[in-house]
Parts: sequence; C-alpha cells; structure tokens
Amino acid sequence: MLVKRKTAFFSRFYLFEIILGLWITIRKFFSRKVTIQYPEQRRRYSERFRGQHYIKATNGVENCTACMLCPTVCPSECIHIEAGERPDKEKYPVKFEIDILRCCFCGMCEEACPKDAIKLSTIYEMSSARRPVYDKAFLLEQRGNK
Amino acid sequence: MNISPGFFYVFAGTSILFSLLVILNRSAIASAFSLLVVFFSFAGIYALLDAHLVAALQVLIYAGAILVLFIFVIMLLNVEQASFDYKRGRILTGVFAAFGAFGMVFLLGRVFRSGSAPLQPGPFSPENIQAAGGNTRVLSELLFSEYVLPFELTSVLLLAAIIGSVVLAKRGVIEKKSKEAK
Amino acid sequence: MSVEWVAVLAKTGFVITMLLSVAPVMNWVERRGAGFIQIRRGPNRVGPFGLLQTVADAVKFLFKEDRVPAHVSPFYYFIAPIVVLVPACMTFAVIPFAGPITIAGQVIPMQAADLNVGFLYIFAIASLGVYGLIMGGWASNNSFSILGSMRSSSQMISYEISLALSVVGLVMIHSTVELGQMVKLQSEALLSFGPIVIPRWGIFVQPIGFLVFLTAVFAETNRLPFDLPEGEPEIVGYHVEYGAMKFATFMMAEYMNMAVASGLAVTLFFGGYQLLPGMGTVLGALHLQGSTQDWIRVLFEIISFTVKIAFFMWFFVWVRWTLPRFRYDQLMDLGWRVMFPLSLANICVTAALVYKGWV
Repeated sequence: MLVKRKTAFFSRFYLFEIILGLWITIRKFFSRKVTIQYPEQRRRYSERFRGQHYIKATNGVENCTACMLCPTVCPSECIHIEAGERPDKEKYPVKFEIDILRCCFCGMCEEACPKDAIKLSTIYEMSSARRPVYDKAFLLEQRGNK
Repeated sequence: MNISPGFFYVFAGTSILFSLLVILNRSAIASAFSLLVVFFSFAGIYALLDAHLVAALQVLIYAGAILVLFIFVIMLLNVEQASFDYKRGRILTGVFAAFGAFGMVFLLGRVFRSGSAPLQPGPFSPENIQAAGGNTRVLSELLFSEYVLPFELTSVLLLAAIIGSVVLAKRGVIEKKSKEAK
Repeated sequence: MSVEWVAVLAKTGFVITMLLSVAPVMNWVERRGAGFIQIRRGPNRVGPFGLLQTVADAVKFLFKEDRVPAHVSPFYYFIAPIVVLVPACMTFAVIPFAGPITIAGQVIPMQAADLNVGFLYIFAIASLGVYGLIMGGWASNNSFSILGSMRSSSQMISYEISLALSVVGLVMIHSTVELGQMVKLQSEALLSFGPIVIPRWGIFVQPIGFLVFLTAVFAETNRLPFDLPEGEPEIVGYHVEYGAMKFATFMMAEYMNMAVASGLAVTLFFGGYQLLPGMGTVLGALHLQGSTQDWIRVLFEIISFTVKIAFFMWFFVWVRWTLPRFRYDQLMDLGWRVMFPLSLANICVTAALVYKGWV
C-alpha cells in the first residue's frame, strides 16, 4: 500500500541522509566486534544452567537409591531405572538410562531427587551422530564444570 | 588501414545465416535473439570499415534498446504460436511470394551486373576522417551543421510516433474517465 | 612480433587477469565488510583472514551437481550466464589504466583498445548485459523468473538513459569521448588556493552529473539499493532456476560490472590514472631519467588507478550494507521523475556554461 508521508523539504533529497547513514556504518566498521570465536572462546553460563545430566557419586558409589522419584516427576518420561539390591541390602539402580532426545531440561528430576544423585551440569555440547541414550556408566563420568 | 577480408566474410556469413534464422525460427523470442546476432555482425562490419561510431551506435541503439523492446512486446503478448497456419496452402500468398522473390533476384542481378565500374571514394575516406579528428567528431559536426534539419525532423517524427502510441493506448482510459466526470 | 603486438597481448592479458581476479577478491571484501559493518567478524577461518574462503566457495560451486530442470529450454538456459559474463569482460578494454609509454619509438597507450568512440563503446557493450537476464528468465520457463527478468530488464533500460545522459555534460566540457584524452584534460588545474590545487576532475566540474551517474551505475550493476533483479533471498529473480557454477557466473559478472563501473567513474570523474596527491612529489624525489622514469611513472599510475578503483569497489559494498532496498515503484519514480529530468537539466545548464565559456 502506498502511504503518503509528509517529510520536510530538505530531507526529501535523501542525499544528506544517505551520507549520514554511510557515516554510521563506517563507524560500526571500526567498532569492537561482538562475535565470540566459539571453539576457542566460550560464553560463560551461570552455575544454574541446566545442561547434560550426571549422577553424583560418593566414594565411587553412586548416590542413587533407585527410589523412582525422578522417572515419576519427569514430564517427558525420558528416565528409565531398573532397581536392584546390593549384597548389603541397599537398593541401587542396575540400569539408569536417560533418553536425551526426549529430555526437555526442565530440571524437575534434580529437584525431586532426595539423595542429590541426579544433577544437571553446564555441558551444552550434546550433539551426536546417533540417537544418544545415556547409560549409568556414562552419566557417572560427566561432571561439567562442577 | 587493413580491412581483413576474412573477418568480413565471417561477419557477413553470420549475418546472413542469422537473418535466415530470424524468419525461419518457430519461436518468436528465438527469432529476436537471432536478430541480436544479426545486429552484432552488422556492427562488426561497420567496425571493420573504421566506422566505430556507427558500430557503437548500432549496438547501443538497435541491440541495446530497440530489440529489448521487441522482446518485451513478445513476452508481454506471449506470442508462442505462429499467428497463421503454414500448412494450409494459400495459393495467392504463394504466387505473390514467388513474384517477390523473382523480382528481388532480378534486381540484385541488375545491380551487380552494372556495378562493375570501380566505386569512387567520397570525401570521407578513413584517412581524411582521422585527420579531421576521428569519426565521432566528424559525424557530430556534420549532424549538427549540414544535416541538422533532417536530424531534428527525424526526432520530431519519433516524438510524434511516441505521442501517437500513448494516445492510442490510453484512449479507452481517457474516455472512461471523461464519462465518469460527466 | 612487433612491439605493438606484444604490448596488445600484454595489456589484454593484464586486464583480463585483473577482471577475473576481481570476483573472488570482491566476494571476500564484501563478506568481511558486511561482517565488520554489522559488528561481526565475517568469514575468518579458511586461510589467513579467511582469504581462502572464496577459493573454497569456488571449489564448492565447481563440484556441485549441475542440475538442469526438466522444463527449461536447454540452449538458452546454458548460454544466458555466458551472455551476461562476456559483455562484462569486454567493457574494460577502453578504460586507460596508466598514461601512454614510449617503447622503441612507439607510443603505447595503456588501455587494451584505444577506440575513437571511447565510452560509447562501454555503454554499447554494457547494454547487452540485459540480454543475459532476459534469456535466463525466459529460458527458465518459469512464470516467476520471467517476471523477474522483465522487472530487471526494465530497471536496467530505465537507468541506462540517465547513465548515458549524465555523461553528456562531460563530453561537452572536454569535447571528446575518448577516455585517454579525457583523463589528460582532467589533469589541468581548475582552481588553486596557494599550494592547494583543485584539478579539473569531473566531480568538480560536474557534481550533479556525478550524482546521477553514481545512482544509475548502482542500478545498472544491480547493486543495493537497486538489487531488485537479484534480491536472492526475498524476491524471486531471473535466476531462480540456476544453480552451481552457472549461478556463480551470474555473480561473477556482477562483480566484473562493478569493476567496470568503478573504472568508468574513476576515469570520468576522478582523474583516471592521475597520481594521487603526494605521489607526484615522491616520483620527483626519486630523480630517475629515461625509460626507468617512464616505467616507474606507469607503475605509480597503475597503483593510483587501482587505489581509486578499490575505493569505489568498497563504496559499492559500503552502500550495500547501509541502504535498504527500494520498492519497485520507488525505483521507477527515482529513475524517471528525478534522475532523468535532473540529467537533462544538467545538460542544459552545462551547455549554457560552455557556450558562455565559463567552464
């Protein structure tokens, strides 16, 4: 649609405005650049950033007692635990798997966990060529910057 | 000053070949593109004759402007089909075409037969033009002194043609508007 | 072989090499420039400063699948990019890149072809670039690309008129169309305030003509703010059906046209190959004689010509990332209602001044 705008006589010549615009762009040309050179430089994320999961361990033994609170609270149902019993009658997860493709990183599992076992790290590079389902061994290794 | 005859035959051959393509092509736009090549080889011949200005103007005006307008018209009208049927024999047309072709050949024969006498070069030989400051200068001086009247008349004629075509194209619109005004 | 033939071959080779290398270099300048103006860094990974990025791109274009859509008319589809590229290569021939030099008693003008018709040749050949667009759009056999080619060709024809008329003033002042002659005439002083001498450059004697010329050149080379023919991501242009190297050829032609336009602007309005301020002093201070002096002068002239052209090439990029695109009706308005009358008025005023003998 054609909109008739009333502009001042002088600025209708545009030439002056164009020179002004050129001045602005050339100033930006020499100004500091905002790009972060990614693989070398990284943006610092907050400690509370919710990235990849990990399972906390004490003295080499995972904190998890397979209480099933996290799979219960998980809205996208991506946590799968199979419980077992150790010789000292303590419950532990035989299998602890997270289907990371389904995860929505809401952090509810972390909040629900009574043992402080499942946590979200600050790792955000999770892309992979296959469909990743994180198993217990993998989750125990991850720590992020914690 | 050496008119390379080889180049002349190349350009002449190209122009004849593509002139034939202009009339023989089925698709109108392909004929237009062939016409472009014809203009170009004409320009080449002019350039060989040291008439650089005419060559440049040939390309600038004919190839660069007029033919583009042709193509515009072809595209806008979408003339893809031939406007009349070739297959249906039209005897009268055929007879006229045969007469025309015969007349043409006769005329050409007469011209070439009587043209055996060597041509007299006019006052504007390449050397003279070079001495007078190049053919751009010579041509423009002639155009604006000796031939200024025909030159201006031609431009008036073109202007009249432009105005005429605008009037023809806008006639319906103007009448409609005047009716609305009433 | 005589000196003349060697010189012709050398000059042609030089011009063609420069033109062919313009496209990759300008591509890099454009992308880095875009990045810097947008406070980014632009491509900087491949090679030093990302210089090899264009090489990588060229390799990619070459090895891409050369897909030909089934509905195109093959012959015209194939020659359209060539038809765009060839005039772009041809036009630089008459632009002088240095002053004439005397070798073995023969004066060799430093331009590939010293034609009597001068820049008329450039306009004539450049006007043929339109056919590539028309052919490309028409051969693609696609309504959108035909519309695109109509749009772009009407744009180019409209601005060609202003482009040609904007230079007429200069022709009247210098009373020649030969570019070498024009550059020579521009070396005289127009005004001088003590040590500061303002030369008779086209921009000082024809400021309005220069403005019209610059605008028209932007439209002719399809650069922003008049890049309606291309507008790759947003408007469907004449080359939607083109891919791989054929598309790259269109792009290359655009950069070559930019080089020619810059060369023409420099030659007509900025004193051509004349030395930049300061270079003349350096040349005098070197105290050379004979042919060495001549060769060094030619070298200096080539350098200053290149610097001037480089500025204009950068100006194209600079404007591209400053101004938004025009709407089509605004474009035609500007072309016919502003630039065309302005150039005519410029011609009339210049004619009056020349008649009075003031210019």
